[in-house]
Amino acid sequence: MSTETYPDDLRYNPEHDWARIEGGEAALGITWFAQDQLGELVHYEPPEEGASVKTGESYGEVESVKAVSDLIAPLSGEVIAVNQKVVDEPETVNDDPYGEGWLIRIRLTDPSEADSLLDVAAYRNVLAE
Amino acid sequence: MKLIFEKSQPGRRAGSFARHDLPVPEVPATLRRRQPPRLPEVAEPELVRHFTELASRTFGIDTGFYPLGSCTMKHNPRVNERVANLPGFRDLHPLQEEDGAQGALELEWRLQEILTEICGLHACSLQPAAGSQGELTGLMLMRAYFADRGEERDTVVTADTAHGTNPASVTMAGYKLQKVGTDARGNLDIDDLRAKVDERTAGLMLTNPSTLGLFDEGIEEVAGIFHEAGALLYYDGANLNAVCGISRPGDMGFDIVHINLHKTFSQPHGGGGPGGGPIVVRDTLEPFLPVPAVVRDGERFRLDYDRPKSIGKVRAFTGPFGVFVRSYAFIRAYGPALKAMSEVAVLNANYLLARLKDAYELPFDRLCMHEFVLSARRLKREHGVTALDVAKRLMDYGFHPPTIYFPLIVPEALMIEPTETESKETLDAFVDALLAIAREADESPELLKDAPRKRPVRRLDEVKAVKRAVVRYRFEEHPDLSQEPSEARMLEVQKGA
Repeated sequence: MSTETYPDDLRYNPEHDWARIEGGEAALGITWFAQDQLGELVHYEPPEEGASVKTGESYGEVESVKAVSDLIAPLSGEVIAVNQKVVDEPETVNDDPYGEGWLIRIRLTDPSEADSLLDVAAYRNVLAE
Repeated sequence: MKLIFEKSQPGRRAGSFARHDLPVPEVPATLRRRQPPRLPEVAEPELVRHFTELASRTFGIDTGFYPLGSCTMKHNPRVNERVANLPGFRDLHPLQEEDGAQGALELEWRLQEILTEICGLHACSLQPAAGSQGELTGLMLMRAYFADRGEERDTVVTADTAHGTNPASVTMAGYKLQKVGTDARGNLDIDDLRAKVDERTAGLMLTNPSTLGLFDEGIEEVAGIFHEAGALLYYDGANLNAVCGISRPGDMGFDIVHINLHKTFSQPHGGGGPGGGPIVVRDTLEPFLPVPAVVRDGERFRLDYDRPKSIGKVRAFTGPFGVFVRSYAFIRAYGPALKAMSEVAVLNANYLLARLKDAYELPFDRLCMHEFVLSARRLKREHGVTALDVAKRLMDYGFHPPTIYFPLIVPEALMIEPTETESKETLDAFVDALLAIAREADESPELLKDAPRKRPVRRLDEVKAVKRAVVRYRFEEHPDLSQEPSEARMLEVQKGA
């Protein structure tokens, strides 16, 4: 299991999803807090490559022995890659939520949406509430 | 303890089937199995001891307090079993002609009438065999109702505190799911709701009291919002034990209700059934109810199939009949005092709440209904012990743990439902255990981390149980047991028995 961290270079939504924006693309995943709340993941239900995801809407599910949780897209776009390693070994997310445990990559339809996401300080405020 | 397969010895037998005098139909050779199934072969004393030992390791409402939130694990009066075992009920064939089954049909009709009155609505179908099937049936009624009116509606609203079955039923019924939040008092967030209800909304699914054990104070306003939009309200009856004879879903504005007979009206449950999930509806929805309906013509009772708008059958015959007999007996034993059942259930829950809320956090500090939700958040923050650790430690004190990590909006949730059938002494013993565990979390948290210590098995690896579940005996790992079945049984198969 990993230790609690929230990288400076990511953007967050209040539903505990993160986005790493690189040019016109972004990798998405769930935060350390989200995986800690869920406990060890036992299943990841990803979207299909080519599917479109929309900000604020569910693009897949992760499941632990405690609960099933929707993955809420922080940004809109088209799915260009699904992390097969997490499909095969969902606990990868618990071990490395921001690295090996990324969930999907998308091609952004509207990069300006990133402006309405939280930076790390704002996300830490959400956690403190 | 050995598994039954490990006790198996070739040729051992336990009793035999009674001889029958009917001709044995010929099974076509292509369908006949070549080898008998690999069943354990044990003598009767071994068989009896094996299952008696398993039973002695089983925890149930008959062995101890079982405050599993939302499950209503109340005592099952033994007289219900006696009544269900009357030969006229027990030995009745479901295809018995109506004239020979008047008593059974009358019981079903009377139960329908009682449930209709408890819900404050107009018509009832006993068919669905569980709450989840009641939910799906209710949503199918919604769909049939709007199709009949020529309206296209595609969305159903649920609360973020809803039982997991609600969103699952919505999806199964082909509707889109719209989730609504909870406000600071634990009610449905009315502003959020107003923004999400429109002409595409088919209805709301709501549990009231909610899974937080709180009665929604805005329920009339909520009902108004949906009815103004032309939508329907569905009442998840999982928590009906809180309100029987006090308030009625129909009066609150609900149009469709499912009742969990096995929870509210007693029934051994928790092992997968049998359950009962009747639905009760407003008159506008009656034409769509499943067939057959049990109806009364003067002094006679019969099955009515002539319902052209019916959604059809959802279960064989008229539903799980033995469940009806037990619940009918339970309700008639209370009679007009049924209200007292709910009052005592609410009183018991509030007694536990009052004694526990200082040691554990209470996220919504209100009087509760028949259950309540505490949070072990402080114990986690200060001592690193979780709701799971508290639950496991309770087992060492001889109690079944409460529901944990549900509803999802409460972190480290402990959801406790005592029911009306527990004495003050039992409630006090349970509180004392939970208070002792809170002290242990402070003084020696390893007691919680290592729990349970005094049970037949220690802490189970739940992740492994999900990922690598072993659901059958692994003959390939036990070559001594995978030998050919004994000759006696081969002979039996060849005879085509």
